[in-house]
Amino acid sequence: MNLSKIYALSLRHIFLIKSSFPRLLDLLYWPTIQIFLWGFISKFFTLNSTYYNNTVGVILTAAILYDFLFRSSISYNMMFLEEIWSRNFTNLFISPIKISEIIAALTLTAIFRTLIGMVPASLIAIPLFGVSIFSVGPALIFLLISLYIFGVTLGLLVTAGLIRFGPSFENIAWASLFFLAPLGCIYYPVEILPEWLRVIANALPLVHLFEEMRNILMNNTVSYLPIMKGFLISLLYFTFGVFIFYLAYFGARVRGTLINMGE
Amino acid sequence: MNVKIKNLYKKFENKIAVNGINFNISENSTLGLLGPNGCGKTTTIGMILGLIKPSKGEIYIDGLDINKNDRIKLLEKINFASPYIELPKKLTVRQNLEIFARLYGVRDIENSIDQIANDLDLKKFIGKKTGELSSGQKNRVSLAKSLINEPKLLLLDEPTASLDPDIGDFIRGYLEKYKKNKNVTILLASHNMSEVERLCDEVIMMKNGSLVDEGTCNQLIKKHGRSNLEETFLKIARGK
Repeated sequence: MNLSKIYALSLRHIFLIKSSFPRLLDLLYWPTIQIFLWGFISKFFTLNSTYYNNTVGVILTAAILYDFLFRSSISYNMMFLEEIWSRNFTNLFISPIKISEIIAALTLTAIFRTLIGMVPASLIAIPLFGVSIFSVGPALIFLLISLYIFGVTLGLLVTAGLIRFGPSFENIAWASLFFLAPLGCIYYPVEILPEWLRVIANALPLVHLFEEMRNILMNNTVSYLPIMKGFLISLLYFTFGVFIFYLAYFGARVRGTLINMGE
Repeated sequence: MNVKIKNLYKKFENKIAVNGINFNISENSTLGLLGPNGCGKTTTIGMILGLIKPSKGEIYIDGLDINKNDRIKLLEKINFASPYIELPKKLTVRQNLEIFARLYGVRDIENSIDQIANDLDLKKFIGKKTGELSSGQKNRVSLAKSLINEPKLLLLDEPTASLDPDIGDFIRGYLEKYKKNKNVTILLASHNMSEVERLCDEVIMMKNGSLVDEGTCNQLIKKHGRSNLEETFLKIARGK
């Protein structure tokens, strides 16, 4: 992989963010709104729920981590969509950059885009609601890495869909995470789901990661086994996502859709 | 770079876009690719760029098959400009050129951009966002992007389409000068016959995916008993 080319593609998106205040505002706005909304919901539940009564901030921490996953995926999709919207798609695919370098550039830039919104939002939660996601401890790093890999994987699958089906697949980009959220057991234990759905839910990394997050905050103990399980499942899906992306790319070359992809 | 196209064929579902065409472009020459809309010109260009996989046939660039050899290595020496693809509109001209210079592995980026901005008269608007430019300015920026890596094979799809005569003439003049100074092979798809007569050493005519005629402009004009290339094109396109 050529780092200079990866940097070039990342630079394209950094220039875009730097040059547009509304874009920057958009990155900051949604995570902050989420913090406010879930902060008040969290406060209400901690005061009125027996399940959450001793653990201030479990819901808000879950909301922040879920938003991190959501932003990672959306960032990845958005950067790819920018190429389609700007009709730069052909220029990109005729330049001497490998598919693996495109994936690497989008993956690395998506974290930058995600953190622009998530860092301020997470810091705001501390004085406003007395909730710090850092109270999860060192396990937080592994949770974030696993969620990031899964977020990027969803981005990969959606962008593969964009290459395969064209810009009309855009709506799926926005809907993909809402579809998985109920099965991810972000705010509730997996036992809430009917037994047949648990099988599907357990095949997702989210269940294991959010279950352990709740365990850490409610019982003050850390078990790295579910985190490792979540991480490995994320990695497995990521490999699958890369495979699907390549498949979509080679299919698009056969169908000739790479040369006139645009709005 | 020389290009050899052997029995190139492309079928999209039920439509044959390119039907077993053969042609060569010798090193440092300009070949005009002519034909009515939908005749397979863009598909042919897409296959030469490796963007479209041929159903059958081979494309050799300097003896290397773009579909079998290292496409990325070949793409470092190739570039393409078309008014139908654009550069990111929210980025300035300089930012766009910098990104593509990096993607193509250009060594002295600053100097290369300054040089090309000077040659194509981009200096007045190099700091402006690309989306704010007029179509003539955008066209010159697109050409600058296609020359940023000093390509050995340059593919141009209607480089002066929708430009006023003055800017069109400026671009044609620049391409003439560029070809004289650099060792570059050009494939030019155009509907502007005076442009083709001015720039191309040879032309090939396509119709319904097939190659129907080839030769120098003068040879074709003479062969079809017409007084210029435009009339010759109309005769071939209309089958009269």
